[in-house]
Amino acid sequence: MKKSFSSTKNYIASNQLIEAVNAGVLLEKPLLVKGEPGTGKTMLAEEVANTFNTELISWHIKSTTKAQQGLYEYDAVSRLRDSQLGNKKVNNIKNYIKKGVLWKAFTAEKRPVLLIDEIDKADIEFPNDLLQELDKMEFFVYETNEVIVAKQRPIILITSNNEKDLPDAFLRRCFFHYISFPDEKTLAEIVKVHHPNIKKNLLNYALNSFLEIRETPGLKKKPSTSELIDWLKLLVADDLNLEDLTTKNKHSLLPPLYGALLKNEADVELFQKIAFMARREN
Amino acid sequence: MFLKLFQALRFSGVPVTIREYLDMLTGLEKGICNNNSIDEFYHFSKMSLIKDEKYFDRFDKVFENFYELNKEFYKEIKSKIPKDWIENQLNKIFTDEMKNKISNDKNWEEVLKQFQKILEEQKKKHQGGNKWLGTGGTSMFGNSGYNPKGIRVGGASKNKSAIKVWEKREFENLDDKVSLNTRNIQVVLKRLRKFARQSSELEFDLDKTISHTSKNAGILDIKYRPERTNKVRVLLFIDIGGSMDEHAKICEEVFSAANNEFKSLDFFYFHNCIYESVWKDNRRRSNNLTDINEIIRIYKKNTKVIIIGDALMSPYEVVYPGGSIEHWNEQSGSYWIKKIVSYFDKAIWLNPENIDNWNYSQSTKILKELVNHLMFELNIAGIESGMKELAK
Repeated sequence: MKKSFSSTKNYIASNQLIEAVNAGVLLEKPLLVKGEPGTGKTMLAEEVANTFNTELISWHIKSTTKAQQGLYEYDAVSRLRDSQLGNKKVNNIKNYIKKGVLWKAFTAEKRPVLLIDEIDKADIEFPNDLLQELDKMEFFVYETNEVIVAKQRPIILITSNNEKDLPDAFLRRCFFHYISFPDEKTLAEIVKVHHPNIKKNLLNYALNSFLEIRETPGLKKKPSTSELIDWLKLLVADDLNLEDLTTKNKHSLLPPLYGALLKNEADVELFQKIAFMARREN
Repeated sequence: MFLKLFQALRFSGVPVTIREYLDMLTGLEKGICNNNSIDEFYHFSKMSLIKDEKYFDRFDKVFENFYELNKEFYKEIKSKIPKDWIENQLNKIFTDEMKNKISNDKNWEEVLKQFQKILEEQKKKHQGGNKWLGTGGTSMFGNSGYNPKGIRVGGASKNKSAIKVWEKREFENLDDKVSLNTRNIQVVLKRLRKFARQSSELEFDLDKTISHTSKNAGILDIKYRPERTNKVRVLLFIDIGGSMDEHAKICEEVFSAANNEFKSLDFFYFHNCIYESVWKDNRRRSNNLTDINEIIRIYKKNTKVIIIGDALMSPYEVVYPGGSIEHWNEQSGSYWIKKIVSYFDKAIWLNPENIDNWNYSQSTKILKELVNHLMFELNIAGIESGMKELAK
């Protein structure tokens, strides 16, 4: 098992991020990762699990997710039904307790990576309900009267898209890292990781168009790194060469297959307008 | 030593707690920053103390101060500069002649002492430039003094001056006093929640199930109930056009946030001041007006009213009949606003104008009085206090 996390061949991480992950691993504290959508927050967990060669247990949070579901669920209704049907199973309450992700993570053989993905999707009180569990790394199962204690503290990564503010008490227990949008150089590296065989001029063209779009003032939704990767996938799949791109582009102000980057009609219009003005100036 | 940083952060209004501070110390103890790099310390302290990117900028500023002022801190860092590194650097800086001189009549300790003294002096001239090394700032001691980043960079390329990371202030515009976005408005609007169970039945209702099952002579009869949903009703009046154009963006943001947050939100537009009628569609306003009397008839008293407007107009537009700049109004604006405010239980005014300017505008003062002084600035803090007021 490797001792510390670093950029992998699939994932480019900044030094700060590496430092943050390693500090979280060493001090056994959850690491809260925020950032624009599509900056690789979820992928980070996969890469951390790969680096430490351990299991990744993901918990994808939805607006209806309850904290209890992460611990365990007692299926009282099916037990009641079984009792009416005279099923023997009914004598053992354990048959009706379903383990949640935290339970699985606590009892894993090897220190796992636990990803709590998009925690901000849940109700505003959700993180508060997990305080004790994340702090003490244990919880109590009322139905069976047992305490589940973590064999070893899992490596916990929590992502948030900033849709809701998280409660202070919860934040206090985490380390925090904000993934800022990568600069051009890092972007190029990231693209190389995903498209190793991309032609250099195509890459330059794509990066320039991408950054141009991102810098357009007033966009409702800026395209993210993952959208750039998808767009390049399309460009590569279409096997367009640079001449095609530029000649085609003469008639249109928008980059080819722009739908992968601009996902809002108002944004498309705005970009077109600004590109038109820029062209006229030139 | 780090306590000063902690206190400075608290003083500047960043919510750091003792627990986070202790965590940071534990991390340092465990050797998170054992490369003696101030950068590493900067990142680690930021990550353990700051939990919201909106405070990054403030942290950077505090850190800068801390770094500039704290002499002890320098000593700490300085004492950690490895000896062989200094040797290495001395080789680069001292000319052969100097080296000869050194080896002739000074011992190594003295050289080091002198070197430290020079460094000290250099530090003091930090802002001014590189007295000791002349123009060009080629030294790793240049801009950044003991910043080990500077040292690192200096080692690799002498001509690069080391910029401290925190001086870049990348997160400048994320501070909550500067920017707003719909998400944090939404969070603030969340304060105005009133739960009620009224929708499709999704949740298992244990109590009802038990009682129905027993009534059913033990044969299972499962009951569901609706989940709790936000039942608060909101009525929004938005000033549109004229001096409000410059606030269009923030109004749009508040509007879309409110739209997302409140299931039952209704909105009307007005211009400058509310008179006998308001409208829903700015393009068809000439023939599609809604009377205030009608609104009062339709909406319940417990509807929460939010008026958004800059309240900037001539006082006549508020207090006199016929004062409207667009039409002849039989009753003054103040009459209609009074009517709204007195009918509904709660009404607040959100004003996008800077609060400092309110006192200079006669109309703002009048309107503020009309809404019982429940006028708040249209920013996160203002909306938050407004929502508190509405939720009372």
